[in-house]
Amino acid sequence: MNRYTWKTGLGESGMLVVALIFLFPIYILLNVAIRPASDSGSPLVPTTEPTFGNFAAAWNQSGLGGAIANSAIITIVSVLLIVAISSLAAYPIARITAGWSSFAFYGFMIGLLLPFQLGLIPLYTTMRQMGLLGTIVPLIIIYVGLRVPFSLFLYVQFLRQIPIDYEEAAALDGASHLQTFGRVVFPLLRPVTGTVVILNGLFIWNDFLQPLLYLSGTTNRTVPVAVYSFVGEFTSQWGVIFSALIIGVIPVLIAFFFLQKSLIQGLASGVKG
Amino acid sequence: MTTTIDTTETPPAVAAVPSTRRLRRRPRTWLWLFLLPAAVPYLFVVLVPAAQGATYSFTDWNGLNPDWSWVGLDNYVRLINDDQAVRAVSNTVLLAVVVTIFENVIGLLLALALHTRIKSRNVLRVVFFAPVVILSVVVAFLWQFIFIPSGPINEVLRGMGLGDLAQNWLGDPQIALWSIAAIMIWQFSGYAMVIYLAGLQGVPQEQLEAASLDGAGPFKRFWYVVRPLLAPAITVNVMLSLIRGLMSFDQIWVTTQGGPAQSTETLSTLVYRNAFQYGELGYSAALAVVLAVFVAVLAIIQYRLLIRSGKNS
Repeated sequence: MNRYTWKTGLGESGMLVVALIFLFPIYILLNVAIRPASDSGSPLVPTTEPTFGNFAAAWNQSGLGGAIANSAIITIVSVLLIVAISSLAAYPIARITAGWSSFAFYGFMIGLLLPFQLGLIPLYTTMRQMGLLGTIVPLIIIYVGLRVPFSLFLYVQFLRQIPIDYEEAAALDGASHLQTFGRVVFPLLRPVTGTVVILNGLFIWNDFLQPLLYLSGTTNRTVPVAVYSFVGEFTSQWGVIFSALIIGVIPVLIAFFFLQKSLIQGLASGVKG
Repeated sequence: MTTTIDTTETPPAVAAVPSTRRLRRRPRTWLWLFLLPAAVPYLFVVLVPAAQGATYSFTDWNGLNPDWSWVGLDNYVRLINDDQAVRAVSNTVLLAVVVTIFENVIGLLLALALHTRIKSRNVLRVVFFAPVVILSVVVAFLWQFIFIPSGPINEVLRGMGLGDLAQNWLGDPQIALWSIAAIMIWQFSGYAMVIYLAGLQGVPQEQLEAASLDGAGPFKRFWYVVRPLLAPAITVNVMLSLIRGLMSFDQIWVTTQGGPAQSTETLSTLVYRNAFQYGELGYSAALAVVLAVFVAVLAIIQYRLLIRSGKNS
């Protein structure tokens, strides 16, 4: 079972062909983005005069720079808050066996079953009454609340498998609960914190519906909304549109490149329960 | 469940035993305060709005007018008699079922093909997974171009002499929903693949070898050896795909906005349209409640299946 036989080679060639077919849309994306507007040939044929002119046009007219900054702020602030409050809440839930602890846990887990469309409208009217429309504040609040159940679940599962000994030692040394959590427990949670950061970051960066609702028509757009409205303005100028699409994806691709391994592990472990 | 999909992050299960010992040194009762920072945004964003949404579905509120009244089950009665809503429900279910089947079959086949000794497996894993991280909005625009009548897909078909198969993929009411399903399948099969790969790592190589020595063919080996061990991964994947399919919005809103002739209208797009374009908040809330019921029923089914697969393994 451990040799590379001619069958394995055949399988490998087959998979490479499958991968090429799978990458066909990506090839079209790149090819159309780098060809000049004067090239009206088939998008299947590699362009003879590759240019970055489309990228310059897209960058200058789409406001994607501001949108990337906006998305980055929203994503970073939300993820930091999610990590802080979910890990903190997971601590008593995982360590206390009293009735209220499991009651609280199931209370949070209900949130995994409720599709956010149900609360979409009431939340929107509440935010409107609070005068927060058009700013990024409601989005941060929403992402934090929305992602607490899932993140808390991951933290509780992980924490239940960590021995309590270190915490007892810290308590013997006279540390308060908060000190024990901050200095002993939270550092031990590092692996699962990585998963929480990656999964939530990806979700928040890519989310379309909420920013469409809260930010469209303002200058505070996120990347998906900026891409969406940019395409609306530049109908069928596909070279410029595709350049904008690529610019919108580049930050994620850079992150993906560096975090590829832990991202895939995180996704696989994130669905363990 | 937790033990079957093995990851490097999970410490040995033995460690769980001492954690039942209690921290005795300090009173623990006020530890519940640690829950507050998470509970406040959770209540504000998830629980309270969901309850409000369910309440709105029994009113005729339009979102702005301070005068509204209770209308009982009127919104639900209207939903049953509204062809557009019934169409949206059947589209939602069709889309969810189709993407679930294809994402899982393709994802599993890819995982089985990569769980071999081929040299390019790490590169291929990244290739097949890449669409998952790309913005849905970007994926949708890209495919909108690929699907236009004079676009790449039809050009390839004509080039292969299969011009008869060329279609107006997103413009033909008979086909548009399946085209959107194809977009989602391309985007998310890699996700299913990754979870199946993690599951396959839990399948002992000796069992596979023993089965192949017994003369079991690849199909029998899969069905009797691999499939039972993959049961948890299958359950998780099916549920993720189903929920994603039921809630799908981005791909549809970008490519067809529910058209042509409402052939791609789903519950998600109809909720959005009624609330933010028609100002029918009460009716929109009723549609959202129907969607919530679908998701909750599925989640309960999943929970039962998980418990059953846990007992078997």
